Amino acid sequence: MSSAGLTAAAMAAALRRGEVTPQELLADARAQVSRLDSSLNAFLALTDDLADRQAERATEMLRDDRLGAGPLCGIPVALKDVLCVEGYPTTAGSRILENFRPPYTATAVQRLLDGGAVPVGKTNCDEFAMGSSTENSAYGPVGNPWDVERVPGGSSGGSAAAVGAGMVPISYGTDTGGSIRQPASLCGVVGFKPTYGRVSRYGLIAFASSLDQVGPFAHTVEDAAVAYAAVAGNDPRDSTSVIDAVEDPLSALRDGVRGMRLGVPREYMGDGLEAGVRERVTEAIRVLEELGATVEEVSLPSTELGLSTYYIIAPAECSSNLARYDGVRFGMRVERPSLTETYLRTRDQGFGNEVKRRVMLGTYALSSGYYDAYYRRAQKVRTVIAREFDTVFETVDALVCPTSPKVAFTTGAIQDPVEMYLNDALTIPVNLAGLPGISLPCGFSDELPVGLQVIAPRLQDARVFRVAAAYEAATEWHRHRAPLVAA
Amino acid sequence: MTAPAAVDTGYEVVIGLEVHAQLLTRSKMFCSCSAAYTTAPPNSNTCPVCLGLPGALPVINRQAVEMTVRTALALNCEIPPFTKFDRKNYFYPDLPKGYQISQFDLPLSQDGHLEFDVDGVRTRCGITRVHLEEDTGTMHHAGDVLQEATSSLVDLNRCGVPLMEIVGEPDLRSADAAREYLVRLRQILVYIGVNDGNLEEGSLRCDANVSLRARGATELGTKVEVKNMNSFRAVHHAITFEIERQAAVLDGGGTLVQETRGWVEARGATVSQRSKEMAHDYRYFPEPDLPPLQLGRDLVESIRAAIPELPEARAARFSSQYGLSAYDAAVLTGVRAEADTYEALVGAGVSAKVAANWQMGDVAALANEHHVALADSGLGVGGLAALLALVESGAINGSTAKELLSELYVVGGDPAALVTERGLGQVGDQAQLAAVVAEVIEANPKACADFRGGREAALQSLVGQVMKATRGRADARMVTTLLRERLSG
Repeated sequence: MSSAGLTAAAMAAALRRGEVTPQELLADARAQVSRLDSSLNAFLALTDDLADRQAERATEMLRDDRLGAGPLCGIPVALKDVLCVEGYPTTAGSRILENFRPPYTATAVQRLLDGGAVPVGKTNCDEFAMGSSTENSAYGPVGNPWDVERVPGGSSGGSAAAVGAGMVPISYGTDTGGSIRQPASLCGVVGFKPTYGRVSRYGLIAFASSLDQVGPFAHTVEDAAVAYAAVAGNDPRDSTSVIDAVEDPLSALRDGVRGMRLGVPREYMGDGLEAGVRERVTEAIRVLEELGATVEEVSLPSTELGLSTYYIIAPAECSSNLARYDGVRFGMRVERPSLTETYLRTRDQGFGNEVKRRVMLGTYALSSGYYDAYYRRAQKVRTVIAREFDTVFETVDALVCPTSPKVAFTTGAIQDPVEMYLNDALTIPVNLAGLPGISLPCGFSDELPVGLQVIAPRLQDARVFRVAAAYEAATEWHRHRAPLVAA
Repeated sequence: MTAPAAVDTGYEVVIGLEVHAQLLTRSKMFCSCSAAYTTAPPNSNTCPVCLGLPGALPVINRQAVEMTVRTALALNCEIPPFTKFDRKNYFYPDLPKGYQISQFDLPLSQDGHLEFDVDGVRTRCGITRVHLEEDTGTMHHAGDVLQEATSSLVDLNRCGVPLMEIVGEPDLRSADAAREYLVRLRQILVYIGVNDGNLEEGSLRCDANVSLRARGATELGTKVEVKNMNSFRAVHHAITFEIERQAAVLDGGGTLVQETRGWVEARGATVSQRSKEMAHDYRYFPEPDLPPLQLGRDLVESIRAAIPELPEARAARFSSQYGLSAYDAAVLTGVRAEADTYEALVGAGVSAKVAANWQMGDVAALANEHHVALADSGLGVGGLAALLALVESGAINGSTAKELLSELYVVGGDPAALVTERGLGQVGDQAQLAAVVAEVIEANPKACADFRGGREAALQSLVGQVMKATRGRADARMVTTLLRERLSG
């Protein structure tokens, strides 16, 4: 019987009992990929040699305690294609990096390899992680495991779909404005965005440096906590990495929410929500209340400014971060007689429309004469948003709210960029404030998954897991698998 | 070639210099590649960080920050408690990230000054700021001339080397003053060990902002930025040229345009490179990959305490403490290692004047000939001190000492042992010398007659004969006295 759809915890237990080998788990993962990926398009590349080597290494590690096996030893994982893996294609979903093979490995990936995890492949995503549907990939859109005609969310849509479709129990994505939590919500899986600085960004192809954060997808909160712990911790190569030791996310997993004070931000339950989302989230909050938490309505008045603030800061940083793709040293080059023309044609043909739109927005926001009105003001609002969270966290321990205002929509249905941006209205403020946040399944609306978001103060990542685990233990949603997993 | 004479144009000249200095750190500004890049094969002294590869991140070089603070303190700057890095965005193949990490509105230091003499007049030039950034790569244009090049090669070995920018206030009023400022600044940078001072190879670079205005005016005139000056001489020539060019335009009723001009050595002229309208909008914004830096007072004070005595102060002390002329003091303190050598000689018991004469004379010549300073030579400071002690005690004479110095400079050895071994001790025995003097007088009747006839020079030739007869070991003063006695007797 295939292990497809099992949790990493179940696989790890089976590995330890000797009931299964890393090679068998890898073979199951490959079989699931080959069976489903022609319709899902979740993977851009399979890292076959690396996976085989790691499966072998994991086998040895499992035999010998002294070899440093991590909790994900022998477990198949998938990596969003913005994470550099030495010698393997890393495209960031962009044409401009079509043949790029980085000469080095991202710190987060290296930690996984060192612990014996088995990377199956690189997952599809919106180009340079810019998007909310994975439709902006230069390599085609990704299907949602619950309905392949619908989007998986984005930008880490491939990673979310890979877990949702039972190809791998754990995958990694990046979250700049919701790019882990929103696709987790739409694909019916758990997605965790750590406190900014908890996971090294070294080797992560940057979109917006002050917002980007690497995090895991999983079927359960516990798996997500384990997968987070496997990559978290200070990295001297990333100066924005937090120095304080990581609090064990598993320590409080069974502590429950009795006596905890939970806040529901009024602004997150507003008119933009689909009725089904509102109902499921309201029910989920009631479950937490029944588990002994006190729930109160709170206010984050500047929430509505989050989107516009984000769409100044993120494009500003991206306009600079993407300047290195000029066709001179790596990636695609469209050679023209002059340097300027080579720059222009390379970037014109190498970048897709959404990337160009954001590079232009950001360039404009940073331009002489506009900087004060846009970038500087956006930074001030960002500070205000962060302080409002601080204030709210003086009276509540964590916040609970919807992750996405809507369930998965049909591929191609949203053409207006601003309408697309609204999908991230409830996740963006968390990035602006650098907070930890999780999305976990809390039911269905029209047979499509709905996600519950839990947000905690900076560095209180363990508290996010605690609240999420309490809800998960009291409900069955995490046991649901998309029908195609087993078909 | 002499510098062109200062021309009085009738205008007041306003000059401010921007100096870029590569720091003598072990590693680059934001990665662990070596900062010593010149001997590496092209593009070999690189890593994902300085190549600007996707996903690579910068990490601040602590030594570079400390060297910049040291420089800033030596230039009397304030060190704000809070500083940050910014991105300066522009496209060019020698800039792999498409932006340079630099500092914009919160530099590491500000509000300093440098004081120096120009033709005996005390001059003070304000230092706006000293900040830290990273150097770019280098371009090699096929065909040597950019305009005719059909392709260019990029070498990123230099990319990311720590670069300090020292921005001077527009306080300089002549090409002479500008040159002197640069000479003094370079001396300090080399003295405090942060830069090698090499203008020719570009580890120290200077741009000049030059403008003219009517005497008495308070508004600044239109400024022109002059680049590509690779020597003190070029700086002086380029500024002089620019002053005359601008004066001619103004005298002719024309107006100047704000622009960047390059000094073309071969043509002895500045040539327009870029007008204000074509200037870049660098879109500076705070570098999100680096948190702001907070420099603790303790750190700043410990850096301040470690700054060596600077050349001007040291020269003044040499004059008063060792009784040296202002000139000698300036020469001996011009290079820190030389000043240290001098003080080591004096400390080893050599008299201040003797040490100065030997160090600036024979020792300097030998150092030049063998390309090795006394301190690093086989003889060393201790050896020279021992040698000069033999002269001081009368054990050997000056010419023997010179010969021994020359012989022992590179290979080293014990001068006293050698004197004993070879019997080089000075012949100071009067009876012994008197006999030799008598022989020489006997053998040189013509010279003796010339001297008696009033030709003083003839005496020197007789002294020389005595020295020859004693193989240079005679006490020359005693020989002269004896000859005078005998010949006038």
